[in-house]
Amino acid sequence: MAKYLMKGNEAIGKAAIEAGCKYFFGYPITPQSEVPEYLSSELPKVGGVFVQAESEVAAINMVYGAAAAGARVLTSSSSPGIALKQEGIGYLTNASLPAVIVNMMRGGPGLGTIQPGQADYNMTVKGGSNGDYRNIVMAPASVQEAVDMMMEAFDLADYYRIPVMVMSDGLIGQMMEPVSFDYKPCKELPPKDWALTGMGEGKKHMVENLVMDADECEAWNHDHFKVYNAIEAAEQDWEDFMMEDAEYAFTSYGTSARIAKTAIGILREKGYKVGMIRPKKLWPFPIKAFELHDAKIKKYLDVEMSMGQMVGDVALACGDASKIEFYGRVGGNIPTVDEFVAFGEKVMGGDK
Amino acid sequence: MKDIKICCAGFGGQGTLSMGKILAYAGMLEGKEVTWSPSYGPEMRGGTANCHVVISDTPVGSPVVTENASCVIAMNQPSLDKFAEVLADDGALVVNADLATYNGEKEVRLLSVPANTLATKEFGGTRLANIVLLGAVVYATNCVSVDFVDSAFEHVFSGAKSKFVPDNKKAFALGYDFAKSL
Repeated sequence: MAKYLMKGNEAIGKAAIEAGCKYFFGYPITPQSEVPEYLSSELPKVGGVFVQAESEVAAINMVYGAAAAGARVLTSSSSPGIALKQEGIGYLTNASLPAVIVNMMRGGPGLGTIQPGQADYNMTVKGGSNGDYRNIVMAPASVQEAVDMMMEAFDLADYYRIPVMVMSDGLIGQMMEPVSFDYKPCKELPPKDWALTGMGEGKKHMVENLVMDADECEAWNHDHFKVYNAIEAAEQDWEDFMMEDAEYAFTSYGTSARIAKTAIGILREKGYKVGMIRPKKLWPFPIKAFELHDAKIKKYLDVEMSMGQMVGDVALACGDASKIEFYGRVGGNIPTVDEFVAFGEKVMGGDK
Repeated sequence: MKDIKICCAGFGGQGTLSMGKILAYAGMLEGKEVTWSPSYGPEMRGGTANCHVVISDTPVGSPVVTENASCVIAMNQPSLDKFAEVLADDGALVVNADLATYNGEKEVRLLSVPANTLATKEFGGTRLANIVLLGAVVYATNCVSVDFVDSAFEHVFSGAKSKFVPDNKKAFALGYDFAKSL
């Protein structure tokens, strides 16, 4: 298969087109601006539509319209821009509308920095909009994985009728790696018989958001949670890295996980029995991975480019917060391999 | 093969990022695992530009080169002053001798290449100085085979840009041979 050397952001744009996405609405922001830049020139070539909206809020509501009409639709932004989109993401979720939203995270909070960060875990995984809701959240750790996850994201969105977030960071957005594109649908997708495509001879379709009656709204919530429960049962996804004989496990995702991999290689050479559980989806969180490994793990070493936002989920998954040690860098700083090695040696303290 | 970690640095416009891209492309064509990551901080015109390239037989973990670099390429003095310390003890320091002089205390394998002079003599300008240095880098590190660098030029400069291929190949050979003669 043909390999391309591409920037993560451009590869994400190409992956969306390969997966049949014809519509993009967004607004530029570093470090994801190559996504709209790429799609502005490539979407028209496949009969698609690119709109640079007047704001992130406008863009997410254009996504709402396209999704309601049954289209495969994408928007992308970076941390503060994703914060602006939160209202729309909640609305999409309540209306059971499929859409894909890319977040190339940067340092925060607020406007923060333009360098890579991972501090949007809480906003994205726990939900930054109002009400009880969930979104599928995918966390690629390479350009190839970003491509594969983009393609899967569109299928999962359509299958479960839910917004899917692809959450990466500025490093993966900006870096180039060899990548190939091979879209095969991962699910048998139901027809979009609910979409607003004009009544014709058929029956009237409605995409609703406001529910006047409390009992009816409660029933909607329960219907949504049936979907969330099905997703939690079927879609947990993670990588076991050197876990066969591991007594210590790093927990990390995305960019910090690939730095941890190099650190684990060095710690293994020093004789430590250490591996990593790397969530590939952050929601649903891979609880099954911890059920599988927890009995033989003495300590978890959670490393992130945040102040420890994933620690809570690791604690819930392993059932013992005292087993977790945390190390993180924030504000746009990327941790070094040496820092992770030093952290590993400190936690394991010569226990080889 | 151990990971080959390369840090290319210079000022904006010297072609540091594209020099790294050619290297990553050649590595990919050779069937290796490669990453290319640029600095993308708030830079200004005439400011510094740098990128990191990692070439390996196994999937690349950290794409960021902040220590133990196999090779540091400094296209100007500020880059040399800033990045020389990233070099591993057995690494190669490739310096654009026209714009930078190594005054460090550490003993290093130094390849001082007057890339601007060589490029100007051959092509009448400094535009291909980056590719001259790239030739020295490939000689010093053996990180990719010369054949794959040549095909990388053909891939990167395709279509209307293919007219740039011969001069790039020539500039590359110039730097490679110069490094060999040191």
